[in-house]
Amino acid sequence: MADPGEDESFRDITVRVNGESVRARIPVRLSLVDWLRDHLGLTGSHVGCEHGVCGACTVVVDGTCLRGCLMLAVQADGASVETIEGATQSGRLRALQEAFYARAALQCGFCTPGMLLTAAEFLEGGEAPDRDAIREALSGNYCRCTGYEAIVDAVAAAAHSRER
Amino acid sequence: MTAPDPRPGEIGRPRPRAESRRLLAGRGRYASDENRPGQLHACFLRSPHAHAAIHRIDREAALAHPGVAAVLLWEDLASVCKPWRTVSGAFPGLASPTQYPLASGRVAWQGEPVALVLAHSRAVAEDAAELVAVDYEPLPAQADYRSALEPDAVLAHPAMKDNIAWTMDVAAGDVDAAFASAALVVEDEIVFTRHTGVPLEPRTVLAAPDAASGELTVRISHQMPHQLQLHLAEFLDMPMSAVKVSTGDVGGGFGIKMHVYPDEIAICAAARLLGRPVKFVADRIESMIADVHAREHVVRARMAVDGEGMITAFDIRDLHGLGAYSVYPRSSTMETVMALRPIGAAYRYGAWRAHADVILQNKAVTGQYRSVGHPIATTVTERLVDRAARALGRDPLAFRRANYMRPQDMPVTNPAGLRLLDLSHEACLDRLVELIDYDALKAEIEAENANGRLLGLGFAAFVEMTASGTEAYGRAGVKVAAVDTVTLMLEPDGSLKAAASVCEIGQGISQGLRQIIAEGVGLSPDRISLSLGDTATSPHGGGAWASRGAAIGGEAAWGAARRLREEILAAAAALLQCAPDTLDIADGAIVDAAGRERMGLRELAETVYFRGYELPQGVQPQLSVAHSWRRERDAAVPTNGIQASLVEIDAETGLVRCLKHWVVEDCGRIVNPLLVDEQIRGGVAQGIGAALFEACRYDGEGQFVTGTLADYLLPMAGEMPDVVVAHVETPYSGSVIGAKGAGEAGTCGAGAAVLNAINDALARRGASISETPATPELVLRALGRLAPEAEP
Repeated sequence: MADPGEDESFRDITVRVNGESVRARIPVRLSLVDWLRDHLGLTGSHVGCEHGVCGACTVVVDGTCLRGCLMLAVQADGASVETIEGATQSGRLRALQEAFYARAALQCGFCTPGMLLTAAEFLEGGEAPDRDAIREALSGNYCRCTGYEAIVDAVAAAAHSRER
Repeated sequence: MTAPDPRPGEIGRPRPRAESRRLLAGRGRYASDENRPGQLHACFLRSPHAHAAIHRIDREAALAHPGVAAVLLWEDLASVCKPWRTVSGAFPGLASPTQYPLASGRVAWQGEPVALVLAHSRAVAEDAAELVAVDYEPLPAQADYRSALEPDAVLAHPAMKDNIAWTMDVAAGDVDAAFASAALVVEDEIVFTRHTGVPLEPRTVLAAPDAASGELTVRISHQMPHQLQLHLAEFLDMPMSAVKVSTGDVGGGFGIKMHVYPDEIAICAAARLLGRPVKFVADRIESMIADVHAREHVVRARMAVDGEGMITAFDIRDLHGLGAYSVYPRSSTMETVMALRPIGAAYRYGAWRAHADVILQNKAVTGQYRSVGHPIATTVTERLVDRAARALGRDPLAFRRANYMRPQDMPVTNPAGLRLLDLSHEACLDRLVELIDYDALKAEIEAENANGRLLGLGFAAFVEMTASGTEAYGRAGVKVAAVDTVTLMLEPDGSLKAAASVCEIGQGISQGLRQIIAEGVGLSPDRISLSLGDTATSPHGGGAWASRGAAIGGEAAWGAARRLREEILAAAAALLQCAPDTLDIADGAIVDAAGRERMGLRELAETVYFRGYELPQGVQPQLSVAHSWRRERDAAVPTNGIQASLVEIDAETGLVRCLKHWVVEDCGRIVNPLLVDEQIRGGVAQGIGAALFEACRYDGEGQFVTGTLADYLLPMAGEMPDVVVAHVETPYSGSVIGAKGAGEAGTCGAGAAVLNAINDALARRGASISETPATPELVLRALGRLAPEAEP
């Protein structure tokens, strides 16, 4: 085993987080989601499995949804990161959030930020939002509460409201 | 007490949950989002062995690691914390050894906490945990519970004489005579594989001692903060008033977060010992290995049917794998009882016998998980019912209908000891037939199967005992609150401040209670703020378990609302110089018999709070009220329903796909149909998960092999069908509102319907499966495409 002391080496990074430039000195082994949550207080991204399966930690890095638990914070150096807080603030998720609210497409809410960001990426991708495609697009995000149907309904409703 | 107006009001209105806006914006406050200045982060060193003696633990290297504040063992915590042992009058003779927050000389399951490392970050604590050297002497592990009863079986606890935690033996009626005279006997042996709840937010606790006041503040992801407060006070020898437990938002519970866990107690004890805040967030593998598991059973059951095609008797033997200990405080054996007593409960029958051996194992502790035991009861019953219908050449729904417990048969205490009343089996079945368009669907399935597909349709009628009353634990001497309380206060601006002892874990009871209070007082629910889940502000009560929120908490809310309404009207009448019964409250204003507004709630409240001299002498309005409610009859509130599932089997790969699922259920008066339907759907997903995917598997040495979400499969959006939900509303006759438990019905019957659907399809190939989850491997073996598994 390596000397555990070596694990705590540090690097300086500069990341655009929700539109604001952030400079920080961080442990190199720190995951992106832990940095966002524990160092920047952006607790809307959740840690559900820490091995890239559940999708609760989904964040947007340079325009693409990624697992915040599978990426090191140092890898985000120079990148632009958007979290649920930023996407809410900018209004990018408004139609989805309204649809989720009206359709009761969340219960405990733990998966919801990741689900919303993933759904937004899908809707913005231009693929026809039929139910099978929505289910496929959301199949990397676990929800243990809803059984998914309300989420699929809400994404379909948001797609419809975008078309109008 | 006046019952709610049956006309559409707030009770029965499909309103979205107000608090979900916060969660949608990423502004939830889950326990892991909380931090305290000076806190230490915890990492548990957990046993890699299923069973081992611990001879020595060397923590020097870990303690010397930079950033480490403490490495604690049981011998350290023993100065501030007592161990516990599960004892219940409901389970006489229960054998479950003493449990410790950290291992005391021996570990009895893989994942048992051995040492607690506290450091300035979780990462450093994990580094240091690797430096703790434990001298284990591995002992033989009891991991195959089917051989656990043999005379030379490996003992899960060497100090015990055998592996039996508890034995249940119950019989009523002449079972042997019923079988001797039966025209048909059907039987099956069904294997249920251990699974667990997997709330997406792992268990999390942050314990913060206050050296000055002596208080301990505990923030925890939990379903019942009051119960935990009580046990912490006992274990840590503190007054309950000095232990403050709050939950904030809870990222899913499903029964998993309602138990006393050694690791959580160790965190609270460590905080007391060190006088510093300590935070622990379970990672996923810890969650999989150390959350309670559930439902490991082999049930062998027979059902007797007479010459008229009527069910006459059940005879059941259950082998139930309990894990290393019976969970504290409720006991894991509650699952045994609830897996067996509801067998046959939807039907009229005369005789019933059940024997269960509950086995201690060197595996994780099991405990209550959504719809405790009932999915097993439903699966056993409905497999037998389908077998009988098939043997008799009867339509499965017609056979069920003929045998159903009918309204005129109730109320009744059935031979298994369940009090059954207010059930609507035939009405639910009628609604289901209409919903699925039964004849057309059958024809469609026949046509598709003729085209080479392999489709099956399965049904499961169910009875679920919900909203456990004061008898369930009270008589057993187990301190579990079955009474709930709501406090309500009129604010000076005419809005309401409320608190309740039931808890919100995402199911939406907060919205439901506000709708009940709104209707009871006469204002809009958005004028009510409700605080839940904090022992410092909420009255003592049950929390979130057994689908009690609306059925028990709802009655307390209604009672509080009506009392406050009376106080408001009495004060208004005194001011307006009229009789209180000529006034009403509507849309937040005091109105007369003609509906004309006489005074706003704000005006009244301001008068009482700020200009009390305007009130007549002797009028002392009580604008803060508390109302408690306990049910005075019926140990539980039975609910019923029927589910149907349409599945397709891929005969090449063995994959089963659920194409569509239907639920018709009766949870009595529905407070919020939007939220109830989503409870049903979410419950169905967990039932389908258990039927097709989910399994906590151990190898022969008790090594857990499904510790990640890549190994433990959960249903994803692509695997779940649309679920059609409909209701029959038969109000519970023992309460004012008439609500019954709604949150677990989906889980109660879904797995049984899916297994029956699989067997309906397999029957076309002369095959069947009696095991869940119905993995592709099992399906292919049943179809003869894989060789049968060799005997070990």
